[in-house]
Amino acid sequence: MVRFVLPVALVALWFASTAAGWVKPYQLASPGAVASELGTLFASGQLQSDVWASVERVAIGFACAFVLALVLGSLAGSTRAARLAIDPTLQAIRAVPSLAWVPLILIWLGIGEPAKIVLVAIGAFFPIYVSIVSGIEGIDRKLLEVARVLDTGRLKLIAQVMVPATLPQLLIGARLGLTQAWLFLVAAELLAASRGLGFLLTDGQQLSRTDEVLVAILLFALCGKLTDMGMYALERRLTGWADTATA
Amino acid sequence: MIAVALAGLRKAFGGHDVFAGLELTVLERETLAILGPSGSGKSTLLRCIAGLETPDEGSVAVNGEVGYVFQEPRLFPWLDVEGNVAFAARTPQERARVAEVIELVGLTGAAKRLPKQLSGGMAQRAGLARALVRNPKILLLDEPLAALDALKRLELQAAIRDIVRLTHATAVLVTHDVNEALYLADRVVVLGGHPATIVQSQVRNGVPPIDRDEILRALGVRLDAGESARGEAI
Repeated sequence: MVRFVLPVALVALWFASTAAGWVKPYQLASPGAVASELGTLFASGQLQSDVWASVERVAIGFACAFVLALVLGSLAGSTRAARLAIDPTLQAIRAVPSLAWVPLILIWLGIGEPAKIVLVAIGAFFPIYVSIVSGIEGIDRKLLEVARVLDTGRLKLIAQVMVPATLPQLLIGARLGLTQAWLFLVAAELLAASRGLGFLLTDGQQLSRTDEVLVAILLFALCGKLTDMGMYALERRLTGWADTATA
Repeated sequence: MIAVALAGLRKAFGGHDVFAGLELTVLERETLAILGPSGSGKSTLLRCIAGLETPDEGSVAVNGEVGYVFQEPRLFPWLDVEGNVAFAARTPQERARVAEVIELVGLTGAAKRLPKQLSGGMAQRAGLARALVRNPKILLLDEPLAALDALKRLELQAAIRDIVRLTHATAVLVTHDVNEALYLADRVVVLGGHPATIVQSQVRNGVPPIDRDEILRALGVRLDAGESARGEAI
């Protein structure tokens, strides 16, 4: 029960402050106005279209980042030479706050879909890459020794030892990457978009429609939470074997 | 027939010889126990036989398939008991043996359990089954019972003795437990000194017969006059 106390209090405060007129509607829309705006957007189909546009960008950007991180992370983790060739450069790029790439991306790719997807991918890439490398480095030496004493072939070693051993780290990285992907989506859609939840945000801001802004914020929270829950469920399902406190 | 032959073996770590000029042969179907104080190179010797360490000098000749049981079970946590045992199987014949060796170590009811669901003794039995699935001619056991409580240890000692007899395997057991060595082995060797050499070697049913006190003295245990030590583990 205790977990509901703060959210309920916040909503009550929100309700009270708008109903009593402590804040003006253009500063903060009432819960009722937000609900009605949600209904209007849903009825017109704009809500579905905006949610879908955002989800699509996150999905494509995240998928690109995941594949790239998997390839580069596996390479960097596999041999010392490959690691020296790849890792320092990527770490240097990682040190740049990712949003600093925005001007370049806009110059190179314009304001269309590719620019947004690339930005989302940049955000998602690094957490996944870093966790794959650390996952491979963290593989229990003793288990590798078992594989060695059994003369395990390279393919079997990768498929049946290294991949499952790295999986918990990889999934944690993917979950962090997905959170980052939503973060970068907001940035991408705030810059320039005619569809998407970020567009809803800027549209609401320009028209001083706080109900629209709040609808967008709520939907961002909902989408982020749902995808995170999906990722967590996947994590539990695939790494239920781990002997951890929560397993 | 000789199952394992070590000749002029030297292994150094960080410039220090663990052992040097070590000579040891293990006969087929013999169970050899290697005793020695901590750091005497017992495990390193076993790892040299298994090919996990490369000796700096000398030769290791191993005549037949080797099965290795580690001190900790070292099971793959994402595979159940059956999966862990099957991991070691390479041929259809070996895969067909998986259920058989699981039964041999007494884990049939736990075949579908994950390592996290096993007790220490059960996990060690699973490790033993994995080593047995290839029907090895030589079984290398690196203190496989060290982490178990006393009762479980006795139980698994009996299991190991039966299994070694049943499979006609040659066994090399590294242990720090004199009683375990005497219980399981046909021959006991004691490693000692820096660098280590074999300071004592006794054969069961040999002439003179195996002498526990002699082994204890070789291990550096001080025995008071008229009373033999009752120390179980050194």
